[in-house]
Amino acid sequence: MTNHWVDIRNANIIVVMGGNSAEAHPVGFRWVIEAKTRNKAKLIVIDPRFTRTASVADHYAPIRTGTDIAFLSGVIRYLLQTGKYNKEYTLAYTNAALLVNPDFQFSEGLFSGYDEATRKYDKATWSYQLDDQGFARRDDTLQDPRCVLNLLKAHVARYTPEMVERICGTPKETFLMVCEHLAGTAAPDRTTSFLYALGWTQHSIGSQNIRTMAMVQLLLGNMGMVGGGVNALRGHSNIQGLTDIGLLSTSLPGYLTLPSEKETDLAAHLAKYTSKPLADGQMNYWQNYPKFFVSLMKSFWGDNASSDNNWGYDWLPKWDKGYDVLQYFEMMSQGKVNGYLCQGFNPVASFPNKNKIVASLSQLKFLVIIDPLVTDTSTFWKNHGEQNDVKTEQIQTEVFRLPTTCFAEEDGAIINSGRWLQWHWKGADAPGEAIADVEILAGIFVKLKALYAKEGGAYPEPIMKLSWAYANPMEPKPEELAKEMNGKALADLPDPKEPGKFLARKGELLPGFALLQADGSTSSGCWIFTGSWTQAGNQMARRDNTDTGFGNTPAWAWAWPANRRILYNRASARPDGTPWDPARQLIKWNGEKWVGSDVPDYKLDEPPGSAMAPFIMQAEGLGRLFALDKMAEGPFPEHYEPFESPIGTNPLHPKVVSNPAARVFKGDLADMGKADAYPYAATTYRLTEHFHYWTKNVRLNAILQPEQFVEIGEALAKEKGINHGDMVKVSSKRGYIKAKAVVTKRIKPLTVDGKTVHHVGIPIHWGYEGVAKKGFIANTLTPFVGDANTQTPEFKSFLVNVEKL
Amino acid sequence: MQVTRRQFFKLSAGGLATSTLAMLGMLPQNALADVRSYKLLRATETRNTCPYCSVGCGILMYSLGDGAKNAKSTIFHIEGDPDHPVNRGALCPKGAGLVDFVHSENRLKHPEVREPGGKEWKRISWEEAFERIARHMKQDRDAHFVEKNADGVTVNRWLTTGMLCASASSNETGWLSQKFVRSLGMLAVDNQARV
Repeated sequence: MTNHWVDIRNANIIVVMGGNSAEAHPVGFRWVIEAKTRNKAKLIVIDPRFTRTASVADHYAPIRTGTDIAFLSGVIRYLLQTGKYNKEYTLAYTNAALLVNPDFQFSEGLFSGYDEATRKYDKATWSYQLDDQGFARRDDTLQDPRCVLNLLKAHVARYTPEMVERICGTPKETFLMVCEHLAGTAAPDRTTSFLYALGWTQHSIGSQNIRTMAMVQLLLGNMGMVGGGVNALRGHSNIQGLTDIGLLSTSLPGYLTLPSEKETDLAAHLAKYTSKPLADGQMNYWQNYPKFFVSLMKSFWGDNASSDNNWGYDWLPKWDKGYDVLQYFEMMSQGKVNGYLCQGFNPVASFPNKNKIVASLSQLKFLVIIDPLVTDTSTFWKNHGEQNDVKTEQIQTEVFRLPTTCFAEEDGAIINSGRWLQWHWKGADAPGEAIADVEILAGIFVKLKALYAKEGGAYPEPIMKLSWAYANPMEPKPEELAKEMNGKALADLPDPKEPGKFLARKGELLPGFALLQADGSTSSGCWIFTGSWTQAGNQMARRDNTDTGFGNTPAWAWAWPANRRILYNRASARPDGTPWDPARQLIKWNGEKWVGSDVPDYKLDEPPGSAMAPFIMQAEGLGRLFALDKMAEGPFPEHYEPFESPIGTNPLHPKVVSNPAARVFKGDLADMGKADAYPYAATTYRLTEHFHYWTKNVRLNAILQPEQFVEIGEALAKEKGINHGDMVKVSSKRGYIKAKAVVTKRIKPLTVDGKTVHHVGIPIHWGYEGVAKKGFIANTLTPFVGDANTQTPEFKSFLVNVEKL
Repeated sequence: MQVTRRQFFKLSAGGLATSTLAMLGMLPQNALADVRSYKLLRATETRNTCPYCSVGCGILMYSLGDGAKNAKSTIFHIEGDPDHPVNRGALCPKGAGLVDFVHSENRLKHPEVREPGGKEWKRISWEEAFERIARHMKQDRDAHFVEKNADGVTVNRWLTTGMLCASASSNETGWLSQKFVRSLGMLAVDNQARV
């Protein structure tokens, strides 16, 4: 979230799209209701199903799964054509006026630079026109046909209300009603808050779903505003934290990038990621990349990292491509992987095409399960009848299962969607011999290190050089690890403004990331967390819930970055410093510096009216309606069909149906179904009473929702002769599940491109392990293809058939 | 005098005898009639965060056990933290069942191994588990570690073993996991944020 949970109460319009917060984030949803009751906000829900969120909405718009870009591009067209957008904000704070490379173009579903053989773009033309200083050229009159706004207008011109209805199945009048509500928040004193979740990310076009909405928010002037923003309601309690700490194939903590093999030395890596400004006078914050990177290396390798060895650059692995889970299970299925560690993760249930996952795990030599609970993955080698029909004796994988503590049995911090790092405390010991995850990692690591010390082996240096300065090497303490992430001064840090004074003395914990240095005099394991555990103590454990305005509680826990609660908040004021809305002034200029009820997201002493734009992480300081080369499939969003499409074509460009930049493995392409055999659009989701595949191990939740079911509309049920409560078989090209049918009014057929499209709803929570009734793994059905940028699988749009049993 | 239940527990924890409080009329009406004293009076309150979705609701966990060496503490009740600015004491049906997660009969209690082709779990010691896993990892790493790519560039990567990290684990676990996997040269590293 750019904003935070309580801030939702300040919105005037709340759009829930690509999510179902009433059921998936019920307690957070109370702030939506608060906005409705206290702020007279209108709630709009856009979803294929009439969810419980929809049931309390002011307006509900049905939409076919996987067509959100068409809908939102239609909204952008409406705003631009009617002129109902915040023109001052758009001109000053977005790249609307910047001029684009004359060779950039879009035609028949493809942007310039496409190579069909590799399914990748050469993005050279996805760039600005630069002047002789290397700054982007701009036309503030917006007359130049190559300025971003005019290119955007041309791009979205095809998304007429009629085209939106044809692609999405949303009635034109309903669509226009939503447009009008959103357009109302272009007024400076009104905001829209968008709430989304996995219903947007889990598509082959997931990243562009989110991007299209972000563009709407920029045009409406809602970024940086109280009650506005782009609000990702994340799926797990610390998925934010694990993302921040960079536990992804090619990432490092704090959104630094793991070097690729193309960056053959440290200088090449820093040159690539140290941002160069694209406009004059910008903060261009990523110019500090070397400070964060070198401080991270000092945390990794301690005293072993020095300028002589490039801070241990060679000790980091270098990638040739991303080894995301789809890539890795493809390799595993081909017998190219020998070992796998699963820490609190249940891939058999959580990854697409369950049968491929089980076949892949069966090729491993060893598998290590680290979990507090029995998982379906841990017993993938057992025959569970139809639900997991394997030949146990033929599976040669050695499986270790190691019991861990759960949340209640450890200290530590987790990060909620609002970026709050909240410390928690141990309440009891774990059952049996279970120990903490860190003790398991330490147990294996210390053993490995001893083996390398004794026997030697392949490149032991990084193992031997890794900093492991914990009081008990077998049991690193959460406090030690949290302080290591915060970082400290490794030498006295003199204050450049006052000679003889120091910003921090050697050995002290650092108060903020502004103190980090690129010369090895500071360490920090995750620069955005610097300030979370300082000389003043553990800031994440703070519990003062005083509201400083607009529901902001800055002394409760600690938010990254710098305890800032609303990102981009400089954009809550005009360039001259006056607030867009005097009734919700978040920060203000006091003559010397920016102050307010939130930590200003800007250079504190930069006066109003300067050239410095508010999006300080960007090289030109502006929100990007044109994404340059940052996205895989284009700088503007475009509607592409799901890889399994119920209409089998793309009404906008029949030759380019699905995302042309998505990676699909050969065998998986053969496993895609077509609408003749699998005519129904399916989507998966959560229920209020369950959390993923954990709560099938929890008695109370198992009682509340004991048995697997699928949801189908009354029209489809009638067509197929299915009654409420009948057992049905739901099949995709990849497998089948059997479940009870819930026949519901909440799913209605839609008319799409002249055809009737039925949706089938598939809750995900069952499996062959648990205390609830056994069920089938829903992801038996889902396709093995991901978003072109993130490789997040397309769980939310695929094709099935339904038969009565 | 109005005393909320939480304030009452604070007072009790402060050393005032229950009976005295009761005599002062601060207890609920029927307290004196109860044969057993309230279990919560002897409970330890510990603050934590719900481990399910990303709202991050504050929770209060109540456990028995006074910290004595032979008294193993056990959590018997979990409820929403009324001081928390987001959930203000509320929990959803998921969070309301947390105590059953802590005590699930499907909690794992001992290190185990399933041998190749085997049909059952076999209990092993932590020492054996660490020894065998480290041996597997070292054998695989030594056999398949890539120091240089085809162009002779130093890449120092290990592709034949990977790790999935847990998005329900703490930041501190995540940080140690990051150090663990990168020092070994792993690139096949992901967490639930990928899916």
